[in-house]
Amino acid sequence: MSHVIPGSPAVTHNNGKSLRILQLYPQDMNIYGDWGNTLALARRAYKHGFEVEILDHNPGQSFPADVDIVLGGGGQDSGQSVIQDDLHANAGTLNQLAEDGAPMLVICGLYQLFGKEFRTREGEVLRGISIFDAHTVGGEERLIGNIVEDSEEFGTVIGFENHSGLTYLGEGCKPFARVSKGEGNNQSDEYEGARVHNVIGTYLHGSLLPKNPAIADYLIAKAAERKYGSFEPAAIDDSLVEKARASASSRPR
Amino acid sequence: MSRPLIRLLGQGVRYASSLRGGGSAFPGLVMEKLHPRFVAEELAKLPYGVVVVSGTNGKTTTTKMAVQLLEAQGLKVFTNRTGSNFVRGVAAALLGEMDLRGRLDADIAVLELDEAHAVHFVKAVKPNYSLLLNVLRDQLDRFGEIDTTRRMLSHVAEATTGTVVLNREDPRIRSLAEVVQPGVDIDYYGLDQSLRSYFPSDDELRGGTRKQENLPAADVTLTAFSGSTATFDLAGRSVQGTINLYGIYNIFNAAAAMALTRAVLGEDLNEEKLVSELERITPAFGRGETLSVNGQPLQLLLVKNPSGFRLSLASANADDYATMITINDQYADGRDVSWLWDVDFDVLREPGVQMISGVRAWDMALRLEHDAIDVQDVNENLAAALKQFITDNPGRPLRIFCTYTAMLALREELSKITDVEKVS
Repeated sequence: MSHVIPGSPAVTHNNGKSLRILQLYPQDMNIYGDWGNTLALARRAYKHGFEVEILDHNPGQSFPADVDIVLGGGGQDSGQSVIQDDLHANAGTLNQLAEDGAPMLVICGLYQLFGKEFRTREGEVLRGISIFDAHTVGGEERLIGNIVEDSEEFGTVIGFENHSGLTYLGEGCKPFARVSKGEGNNQSDEYEGARVHNVIGTYLHGSLLPKNPAIADYLIAKAAERKYGSFEPAAIDDSLVEKARASASSRPR
Repeated sequence: MSRPLIRLLGQGVRYASSLRGGGSAFPGLVMEKLHPRFVAEELAKLPYGVVVVSGTNGKTTTTKMAVQLLEAQGLKVFTNRTGSNFVRGVAAALLGEMDLRGRLDADIAVLELDEAHAVHFVKAVKPNYSLLLNVLRDQLDRFGEIDTTRRMLSHVAEATTGTVVLNREDPRIRSLAEVVQPGVDIDYYGLDQSLRSYFPSDDELRGGTRKQENLPAADVTLTAFSGSTATFDLAGRSVQGTINLYGIYNIFNAAAAMALTRAVLGEDLNEEKLVSELERITPAFGRGETLSVNGQPLQLLLVKNPSGFRLSLASANADDYATMITINDQYADGRDVSWLWDVDFDVLREPGVQMISGVRAWDMALRLEHDAIDVQDVNENLAAALKQFITDNPGRPLRIFCTYTAMLALREELSKITDVEKVS
């Protein structure tokens, strides 16, 4: 299906350049406002002067070539089973894209499946595609609430977490951020999310990108550098974002 | 303490707390402690038994409709109209309806129960009828995920002893037929498939309408609507009714209430009265309720999840309405505001939005900025925002989309300047 993003590219030195954003499994993995990430990323790209094209990939469809940014969202446990076969059919392509430096943001359910495996509470093992050296086990309780964390790359990151899977990172990837309010990957260390190449995995929705434009800028910058060799950011007024960040970070867990 | 004494004590507490003007469930809490079987014992005396209405969206309005349709059939109906929809809320409502001798003058109870509380309620009281509306993404910060909500409703379907009435169009509800006890009837209400795109299920929020296969026959089907006129198929016969409620979703809710009424009355149903009563139904508080402020109509529209907000916006004809949106994130609203990103606000682009308020006003403003909607003002302070919204838009009809606690606070503020029906 086609997506119309309101607005048009601002006049900047990036005019004439375009970015293709791929939404992974928007039909089955979209439960916690994941559209907000696509929308925010596209609108941010406009502000930097880029044309934007949004593609969807759903189970059974052929995987589109030449994508610049990949976004993946969270789903129900049942959604994770539905996409399982298709994800593995495209595991090679996704791994190759990641190793080649394509920026990706995967949240919640797809963050888990970008790891090595997800072992559910019932003992079922959902195999992941191993972009992250991480594994997830089903937890007893859901970790739900407002979350604030600090990232060396992106500063303070604000969102909302809602997951029962507990994720543990191996040697091959770094955490995304250190939690200052909330739970994060698990209940035994203070970290949240995972980082490898230009791929970000996180449990944060909220939606994540509208209130954390530093992450959107990073995805756009990496995509532009990979495709055009360089990225020159435009100056963007983030006063509205700052107000939303201030109220969100002051809310109780 | 003897039973009548406990009840009188409960009634006294209810009276005292109504004087204080608060805590509609508190007297119920007192009864729960002193006489835990109170609700079950009282409800068991009703000749037509107990109806439980549950689901994510439309409970309050559908319950109100069902009560009115059953009353039009000549039944005396007990209901929990405060929306304090858990066991102690029901106990409090019972205390209010009983006379001092402890008699409840009713033939049937129609109770709106929140999904989570319904699970506890049916452990204490097996309903004779249940009406299960939908399972949509809502309160995920409370329930985790949608499939959890479905599991809660499956307990209600399983506990029902007479007839389970199910929404045929919602796959998560339709499949509850599997858990209904042998010997218990299943009735469906539904939509003509040509209307499906007006009522997308939750799985269709992104990615378009999915074709449904092998649908069971429905007892009541909404076949067409235009303005406030709706055409229903009642077990093979086409009838036309008028529904004066905001929102096309309420026309579908009417089909639900009609199917329930048919299930309860059976052969004794007066079909003419069933259809003619529809147009006398007025909105439940805060659900399309219209107040009058300085001679201007002011409409309150409760929104609490993406499907509800989308359907509510879809019914919003601009008509020079001034629009305010008020988003809180208290427990009853849902702490997580991610759901706002699953609503498309395009229809507001032309008139714009005149005021945004509530605890998460800036999140809402950021959301609208992403859909390129002009916003005139943002003020987190609800009382000040309401005042300014009214004075800035003289002579225009006013419309406020609000989350649950924002709706309660707005009604409270509005009661200072106009007549607001007290719901207790």
